[in-house]
Amino acid sequence: MSAITLDELKEKKKELRAMRKAMESETRARIVVHMGTCGVASGAQKILDRVSQLIDAEGANDIQVMTSGCAGLCSREPMLTVEMGIAPPVKYAELTESKAEKIFKKHVLGGKIVESSLLAVGSEMTR
Amino acid sequence: MKECKTQVRVCAGTSCACRGSFEVQQAIEHDLAERGLANEFQIEATECSAHCGQGPVVEIASHGSIHAGVDVSDVSSFVDECVLKEPPAQDLFPQPGNGIDGLPKMADVGFFKHQRLVVLRNRGLIDPDNIDDYIALDGFEGLAKALLSMTQVEIIDEMKKSGIRGRGGAGFPTGVKWEFCQKVQGDTKYVICNADEGDPGAFMDRSVMEGNPHAVLEGMIIGGKAIGATNGVIYLRDEYPLALKRLTNAIGQLEEYGLLGDNILGSGHSFNIRVVRGGGAFVCGEETSLIASLEGKAGRPRPRPPFPANEGFWSKPTTINNVETWANVPVIINRGGDWYSSIGTESSKGTKVFSLVGKVENTGLVEVPMGTTLRRIIFDIGGGIPDGKKFKAVQSGGPSGGCIPESLIDLPVDYEELAKVGAIMGSGGLIVMDESACMVDVAKFFLSFLVEESCGKCTPCREGVLRMHEILTKIAEGKGTAEDIELLEELAMVVKDASLCALGGTAPNPVLSTLRYFREEYEAHLNEGRCPAGVCRSLITYSIDQEICHGCSACQQSCPVDAISGEKKEPHEIDAALCTKCGACQESCRFDAVLVV
Repeated sequence: MSAITLDELKEKKKELRAMRKAMESETRARIVVHMGTCGVASGAQKILDRVSQLIDAEGANDIQVMTSGCAGLCSREPMLTVEMGIAPPVKYAELTESKAEKIFKKHVLGGKIVESSLLAVGSEMTR
Repeated sequence: MKECKTQVRVCAGTSCACRGSFEVQQAIEHDLAERGLANEFQIEATECSAHCGQGPVVEIASHGSIHAGVDVSDVSSFVDECVLKEPPAQDLFPQPGNGIDGLPKMADVGFFKHQRLVVLRNRGLIDPDNIDDYIALDGFEGLAKALLSMTQVEIIDEMKKSGIRGRGGAGFPTGVKWEFCQKVQGDTKYVICNADEGDPGAFMDRSVMEGNPHAVLEGMIIGGKAIGATNGVIYLRDEYPLALKRLTNAIGQLEEYGLLGDNILGSGHSFNIRVVRGGGAFVCGEETSLIASLEGKAGRPRPRPPFPANEGFWSKPTTINNVETWANVPVIINRGGDWYSSIGTESSKGTKVFSLVGKVENTGLVEVPMGTTLRRIIFDIGGGIPDGKKFKAVQSGGPSGGCIPESLIDLPVDYEELAKVGAIMGSGGLIVMDESACMVDVAKFFLSFLVEESCGKCTPCREGVLRMHEILTKIAEGKGTAEDIELLEELAMVVKDASLCALGGTAPNPVLSTLRYFREEYEAHLNEGRCPAGVCRSLITYSIDQEICHGCSACQQSCPVDAISGEKKEPHEIDAALCTKCGACQESCRFDAVLVV
């Protein structure tokens, strides 16, 4: 690939933003597993594996799984965030594989937030 | 000016920000100003109301209305229909529903509520292995601006205007540092990222590199243009394999996009970055040691001047900044120095990332505006001290920092305020201690770390720190004498003044600050042979309260040296002659019957 120009970069950003937006309506859910060193150390890889297995087992092409960095609250890792449509992101904390499975079945597939593992809904503040 | 202004609140949650809420806020301000109504409205950023999928969200407080999906292109009609009209036209800009009634919002959780993300703005939002995620969230906007429409001097001026000071610890103004290096003549210059995060309990830089690696690289390329360098090196602590993987991956992606390499974005500026893995010495966080290590020599400091800006890597002009500083650069350039300097205190601008650890309910990564009080960080964000214990002190700045006592808990955290109380900002490690910590033991711990890590080049540090550690050990063993405190203070001053680099220069801080605020604890060790916190093994004895003990024998089974005897269901006893004071019995007792005196 040849070096990107400013216009191409701008165009790319526009496309990517449109893609992100389209994804919101086209995919059923996006599951973000937080995988900084803190998350990995407390078992995030197992959570990621379990979630991926569940998606495969369900044959759900419209459920996306993604990894991200540390979510900040290291003492309550492993954490994951469920984003569905226009609903605010839902963060879950102190997960185990079975809790992740419950979240997958009840929330991702069933649309019901699992309050027992819930940390909070919504976004953080920036400046 | 009217007393009661109409409040227009624009969501500053990360999700709305991604959808352009800052631009919307500016556009509303601009629109109202054009109508001559600027003075009648107060427009402010507000916290997330959890309508994230429908943002940007704007709330008009006096109408009690909240509107979703306000795009920049709609602002003029939004002002007509909703801001100026009452009741507002909810059909055009509908009131969002989110179906989460009664559930806690991020803005309700203390840990998140008080944080303001600048460096960590993309946390949880991007896949750090995917450059496209970074681009979608304004990645490389700062780079494009710096490379295509700013001169070296303009970039440096913007950095100076922002007021940002080095986040590695010493707090030297970054723009000034760049200016020194830019002014030095030379066709080969270097940019270095100091990623040798060595303070025990500190992990700010690691998390930034793991979570937002492209931002660090973007900052370095901008720095390269500003000083006139075409090569950058990241000196990465070898204990950070995940950061290495993500940085290496990110470098590959930037190269593939032509954002590293020759003639970036057609600007004529070329830049390359490589990662060098450090050898695991604490002293290599000091810039001249770091450079020595990069050159393949032993990681030892040298006297300054010459400063690296004049003679750095391979004796060429070099600018070294720490990871967090580099990650701030793209945002400062993109949003402007004035914006950045609007955050923080008079002398310390912007936000600071802290790693909050120790005896605190919520441990983790905390980003707050400079000037936030320790109380807010430890109690509101950290959630206070677990197990109903009392807060005792917080160590700021790692082994080079100082212990701050409870009486100073309302201290606003900035470079000067921390220095005044005998601590330092350092790179941002905050270790919280509760009443079960012994301050002599804490000072001894940090000094034992520094004894190991002193490179040995200069005598004051090599010998002085060792002797101070010996004295502390003596005190902790109850063998101290009355002159020891004086001797400690005298040694501390010599080590502080005469050491070659900052490792020695700050090494006495843990001792001096604990002596300053917890002298009575030292005196209890010295004069009464007593460790008030019950930590120093030579000064404590374990016993079992005969009234409370149920004779369950849990302690007996946990004792590794068979020092506990007693019949089942009868009170047990500890043989002091055999006891090694390991504390296993106390941990195993369900009735709190094991006493330490």
